[in-house]
Amino acid sequence: MSWEVVIGLEIHVQLNTVSKLFSGSKLSTGAEPNTQASLVDLGMPGTLPVVNKEAVRKAALFGLAINADICRHSVFERKNYFYPDLPKGYQTTQLAEPIVGAGVVEIQLESGEKKNVRIHHAHLEEDAGKSLHEDFHGMTGIDLNRAGTPLIEVVTEPDMSNAEEAVAFARKLHAIVTSIGICDGDMSQGNMRFDVNVSIRKPGDELGTRTETKNLNSFRFMEKAIALEVERQIDVLEDGGEIVQETRLYNGDTHTARSMRSKEDANDYRYFPCPDLLPVAITDADIEALKAAMPELPNARKARFIDDYQLSEYDADLLSGSVATATFFEAVTKAGGDAKLAANWVMGEMAARLNAEEKTISDSPVSAEQLGQLIARLKDGTISSKIAKQVFEACWAGEGDPDAIIEAKGLKQMSDSGELEKIVDDIIANNAAQVEDYRNSDDAKKKKKIGFFVGQAMKATQGKANPQQLNQLLQKKLQ
Amino acid sequence: MSNAMHNKTLTELKAGLAAGDFSSRELTEHFLARIQQHDGELNSFISVTAEQALAQADAADTALAAGNGGLLTGLPIAHKDIFCTEGVRTSCGSKMLDSFIAPYTATVVEKMAAEGAVMLGKTNMDEFAMGSSNETSYYGPVKNPWDLERVPGGSSGGAAACLGARLAPGATGTDTGGSIRQPAALNNITGLKPTYGRVSRWGMIAFASSLDQAGPMAQSAEDCALMLQAMAGHDQRDSTSLDEKVDDYLGALNNDISGLTIGIPEEFFPDTLDGAIADNSRAAIRELEKLGAKVVSVSLPSIKLSVPAYYVIAPAEASSNLSRFDGVRFGHRCDDPKDLEDLYKRSRSEGFGDEVKRRILVGAYALSAGYYDAYYRRAQQVRRLIRDDFARAFEKVDVLMGPTAPETAFKLGAKKDDPVSMYMADVFTIGVNLAGLPALSMPTGFINGLPTGTQVIGNYFREGQILNVAHKYQQATDWHKQAPAFGGDQ
Repeated sequence: MSWEVVIGLEIHVQLNTVSKLFSGSKLSTGAEPNTQASLVDLGMPGTLPVVNKEAVRKAALFGLAINADICRHSVFERKNYFYPDLPKGYQTTQLAEPIVGAGVVEIQLESGEKKNVRIHHAHLEEDAGKSLHEDFHGMTGIDLNRAGTPLIEVVTEPDMSNAEEAVAFARKLHAIVTSIGICDGDMSQGNMRFDVNVSIRKPGDELGTRTETKNLNSFRFMEKAIALEVERQIDVLEDGGEIVQETRLYNGDTHTARSMRSKEDANDYRYFPCPDLLPVAITDADIEALKAAMPELPNARKARFIDDYQLSEYDADLLSGSVATATFFEAVTKAGGDAKLAANWVMGEMAARLNAEEKTISDSPVSAEQLGQLIARLKDGTISSKIAKQVFEACWAGEGDPDAIIEAKGLKQMSDSGELEKIVDDIIANNAAQVEDYRNSDDAKKKKKIGFFVGQAMKATQGKANPQQLNQLLQKKLQ
Repeated sequence: MSNAMHNKTLTELKAGLAAGDFSSRELTEHFLARIQQHDGELNSFISVTAEQALAQADAADTALAAGNGGLLTGLPIAHKDIFCTEGVRTSCGSKMLDSFIAPYTATVVEKMAAEGAVMLGKTNMDEFAMGSSNETSYYGPVKNPWDLERVPGGSSGGAAACLGARLAPGATGTDTGGSIRQPAALNNITGLKPTYGRVSRWGMIAFASSLDQAGPMAQSAEDCALMLQAMAGHDQRDSTSLDEKVDDYLGALNNDISGLTIGIPEEFFPDTLDGAIADNSRAAIRELEKLGAKVVSVSLPSIKLSVPAYYVIAPAEASSNLSRFDGVRFGHRCDDPKDLEDLYKRSRSEGFGDEVKRRILVGAYALSAGYYDAYYRRAQQVRRLIRDDFARAFEKVDVLMGPTAPETAFKLGAKKDDPVSMYMADVFTIGVNLAGLPALSMPTGFINGLPTGTQVIGNYFREGQILNVAHKYQQATDWHKQAPAFGGDQ
């Protein structure tokens, strides 16, 4: 009997506020260590925290985006533990009364199936600093620039049953937080960090013992880390062993994971309400104002794409998945006048080139307007799809707008039938044997053999012949 | 002239400065000289900032000459060493911070400086404000100027002793469970703990955040009103400071108190209380009756639980507040740590004294998994009961009165090995902190040559009324004018 996989996620989403959660320092922009840390961030004796209202607003906006209850009096608590990059000896976070209560996120799978992933809660908390182990012989350097950065930690129910679902959820969450503008969503900068809880069981059994793999900062690593952990757990259980509840660390470079600490080493965090802070009050009026200001959410955008552009569910889901992609797609559609072609190009040629060069859509050398122009030329028959790819390459290489490239390289389709007719006549005259052979073939063979003449014609026209026109002409002349 | 200067109140000194009887420099030099002469014995200061004081005094004299005086211009003030003062060691009475030069200034100090106060130095205190005798200070115990073999009380023991000995005319203190009021009573001075949230905690090194409150200490209620006028107010840097208008404390001092209702909580006069202590407070209440106040008996049934509740909540908060002292960024760091664990263990073991360690252990225990509900949550429930008791009493009365401390100053070392008996020194003061109410202690007589004090507790933000009551009492009596022989001129 096969194993059933149970996955829950905890995601740290870095809020893109101007200043930190409890101090007026600006969020770190990678400056020299400890130059973006104030007295409060350093945990100086006598300093006190003041809650950043913008962070509260953004956390509540997230709650509304996932249809969650917003706690009207959420409470900050202290999570006490010693660590060198934790300046106060406690992290200010939320536990019993988090700002965002239970909610739900709908994900779309490749099979076309949809699934709801329940959110247990999301809470506001401050990030720690960084320990720097290099460059200090036998010592550790502490950089507190990041200390106090506002995060929301989103905790799901264990509703995902494979890596595909987990990644689909992660992508959807990324789409939501970037769509509502609370997070920059740059995974490479740690804007979103995933902790993955995995357990396996036989269908119908109680939940198995879970492990937590921490700090995965790309969708790909997350997918691979889950696969690795599931495989490890199956091996352990099938060899008669037991899963130990532990925290694991995945190394993406070597595709290996190791145990970081077991449950026995876990701290007693001695949580208690932070006496320096009052409960965070959110009123009905605040909620109404947030609802009124809510930007378009990914699923609404997806529905609109299906309605307005007649896209398939899956295409619509992919294209609405990030604000950047959605905006790009809509601009291409507008400029090119064809949503289906725009979708194909954005998800096809464009995505392939971006992936190959590890670029994001906002860094694309081909602008939405340029791609739109290309599609317009394809649509009005100025160029063939084969030539279109050539134009796209030239445009990618920075050779100018598609129109200019088509013009400069003389890539316009031959639309003058007289000119094409002359070329066809020449080919027929110069290839008597092939013509003879073609005429003696049956219909099935003719279909194959006409390819030779098409090839010759294309060669003669440098690919500019309109394929349809050419075919008709050849069939007529070869009869 | 100078002989009399140190016996004057802040109010009198302010008038003297205004009249040009003496300059702030003369005044400051006089007190600095007294500290120099007498504090070796008393040990009420940890740091004396003579140079800065004289510079501030000169600036004050210039301001006064130009007619630009503020509330406190030119008046020498001693700050408890719990307030951060930029560029000056801020030790909090601990070896942990012996080398800590604060990089910024506390709001209280800043506000008083803005009103022209001259800082004489930083006063001794129980380590991290944990103690009722000033014996837990890393800098050694402070002596009581009324009897050098006795404690001055704590934790603001240095502040109270230097005021009692007339080494300073005004001082700041902090009060978490009685740390302004109990030493005020033991040194024959007046001290006010304001409503929680009335005075900013920014820059005041935290002991128990939900209880800590800074307040004025001086010879008279009038002086406390003057100081509080400068100290009080909302501070955006302290989320627990309340955005409530600051009353005109000085203006309310002479209000008529006839018709005032004084509640006497029966729990403040238990059968076990020293009869002489009870008598002094009853006499003070009778004095106010003569001024037209009415007296009624009230009950605060839950107040008996205040000491146990306090000794869960305060250590719990302290255990977390003191975690930042880890040897990593500031404060004491042990020599040659083997590894991180060793760095933490030795830095904290060496840096903290016994009482601080005891409270960290108690607090960590009370918050630990499996005990939280039985201790911390329970204590918070008790706290609510106590607050409700006071709220019910204030439906019927304007102020509550009773003894500040259950006994006069005890001998140095007498309770050193008996923490529970030490904790009982705050039995009458702690409930007020748990409820967040304002309360003042004023001198109300002596027992065997040792001062006793009586507490006046008011409703939230009624500092003006408390000061009014105490001022009226002090207009009618002269207990508060008594000074010890120590440091006298003869």
